[in-house]
Amino acid sequence: MQLQQMYQEIILDHYKNPHGRGLRDPFDAESFQVNPTCGDEVTLRVKLDGEIVSDVSYDGQGCSISQASTSVLTDLVVGRPVGEAFKKMDAFVELMQSRGQIEPDEDVLEDGIAFAGVSKYPARVKCALLGWMAFKDAVARSQGAA
Amino acid sequence: MTTTAAPLDVTALRADFPILSRTVRDGKRLVYLDSGATSQRPTQVLDAERAFLERHNAAVHRGAHQLAEEATDEYEGARQRIADFVGADFGELVFTKNATEGFNLVAYAMGNAATSGPEAARFVVGPGDEIVVTEMEHHANLVPWQQLAARTGATLKWFKLTPDGRLDLSDVDSVITPRTKVVAFTHQSNVTGVINPVDVLVAAARKVGALTVLDACQSVPHSPVNFRKLGVDFASFSGHKMLGPSGIGVLYGRRELLEALPPFITGGSMIELVKMEGSTFAPPPARFEAGSPMTSQAVGLGAAVDYLSVVGIERINAHEHDLTVAALEGLSSVKGVRLIGPSDAVNRGGAVPFEIEGVHPHDAGQVLDSLGIAVRVGHHCAWPLHRCLNAQSSVRATFYLYNTLDEVDALVDGVREAQKFFGVA
Repeated sequence: MQLQQMYQEIILDHYKNPHGRGLRDPFDAESFQVNPTCGDEVTLRVKLDGEIVSDVSYDGQGCSISQASTSVLTDLVVGRPVGEAFKKMDAFVELMQSRGQIEPDEDVLEDGIAFAGVSKYPARVKCALLGWMAFKDAVARSQGAA
Repeated sequence: MTTTAAPLDVTALRADFPILSRTVRDGKRLVYLDSGATSQRPTQVLDAERAFLERHNAAVHRGAHQLAEEATDEYEGARQRIADFVGADFGELVFTKNATEGFNLVAYAMGNAATSGPEAARFVVGPGDEIVVTEMEHHANLVPWQQLAARTGATLKWFKLTPDGRLDLSDVDSVITPRTKVVAFTHQSNVTGVINPVDVLVAAARKVGALTVLDACQSVPHSPVNFRKLGVDFASFSGHKMLGPSGIGVLYGRRELLEALPPFITGGSMIELVKMEGSTFAPPPARFEAGSPMTSQAVGLGAAVDYLSVVGIERINAHEHDLTVAALEGLSSVKGVRLIGPSDAVNRGGAVPFEIEGVHPHDAGQVLDSLGIAVRVGHHCAWPLHRCLNAQSSVRATFYLYNTLDEVDALVDGVREAQKFFGVA
């Protein structure tokens, strides 16, 4: 059934038990992003320790896809250098824009590969990218401020 | 055309809509419950567009050849039939790209009034003046007024909503005051289907000499509407929500007002005399139809109005009422479903928005889609309304003449399916 292809167990697990959720101090920069078509929103904070992403915390209202992808994001980027985190982001964005045409690399995206099915639904791609756009923006802000 | 009160033969009607017999998502029967966003077109409308293009296509109001003449007759003939359908005179209907353009036309023309002749003085808006809207508005009848206020220094005010989503008219005189220049409001909410008391608002506006602008996008397709009887000054609606083509909308304006209103978009077709130093403008409706207009779309909308008239708009309205009652009953019987807006079908059209506890509307819509059921999810271009009713977004089912009670049942079953899938029931 198509629905299970989209809502992989991994996604539903992250949705029900999100990782890293809640806004925390200290942080260097915060970004608020909203999906204007549905009103879903996320507020995401980033703490950098030199080049290392030492914490990502977030809060928001949104569908299972947007909430789960932000939860996966924290797993993928926290503790990693910014450059490496951005490489993962690029891989995730590429996967989401693939309309199901590329095979994701589990070594790079870990639980993020579960979103391959979502990429077949163009209307939901923005949901999956909401947290990532906030992360990109928050990092840019914290580096701009430094 | 007179019709009996006999119920619609929906099975026969559905045969007119080719799209309704297709399947979606791996062979699922299509259950189309999103006509509030865009309606489907019957063969009669599609055929009218095609026939125009195959027989009469030419630029209208230009050229003296036979096709130009025929195309102009078709275009203006459609205007006449649409005018008859909504209780307006021929010269009171302006074709626009969509309803949104209609609202912008009025708002921008009012903005231009300050630099136009003395006949336009009644439209001038400035500091100290007030523009009144409601929290129920579609963004199309809200943002243009926010912008007009921002450009002119006028103040934007609004009617609030009651907890069940109706207009709070408990203190009309404190909202509509002698400073009010415009009262812009919707006839029927695109989210909740709530029908507003046009007479109350028109009376209050008239008392202070304010203009009224009605959003008729959700009323004209579904109920008998007569702008002259309603007494509004302007109204706007769109073709694609009433079995017609997209790319065409209609602005109604009382003749006397359109004659005094300065233009919004300028250029060819809307002029009277052009010299290098300046130009004068054609009388309405031409004054507001600059450039080459849409033609097959106007003809298609004329055919849509014919179709609605033959079926009978009162019967369509009664049918949608039955579907709305059934949907309200069915959905409220599902534990964990919260109806947004009124829980009854009194003074309400065929729109039913709701939330499912523990299932985000986007996710609910996805489950319904997997079952072949097309609904709208999100804030439906009415973000402030959702905030008022404590909803971040909603699932919305909307009905039209071709929907059936079986489809309402499918929706209710689909909601249960969504609950099961997300483990909340």
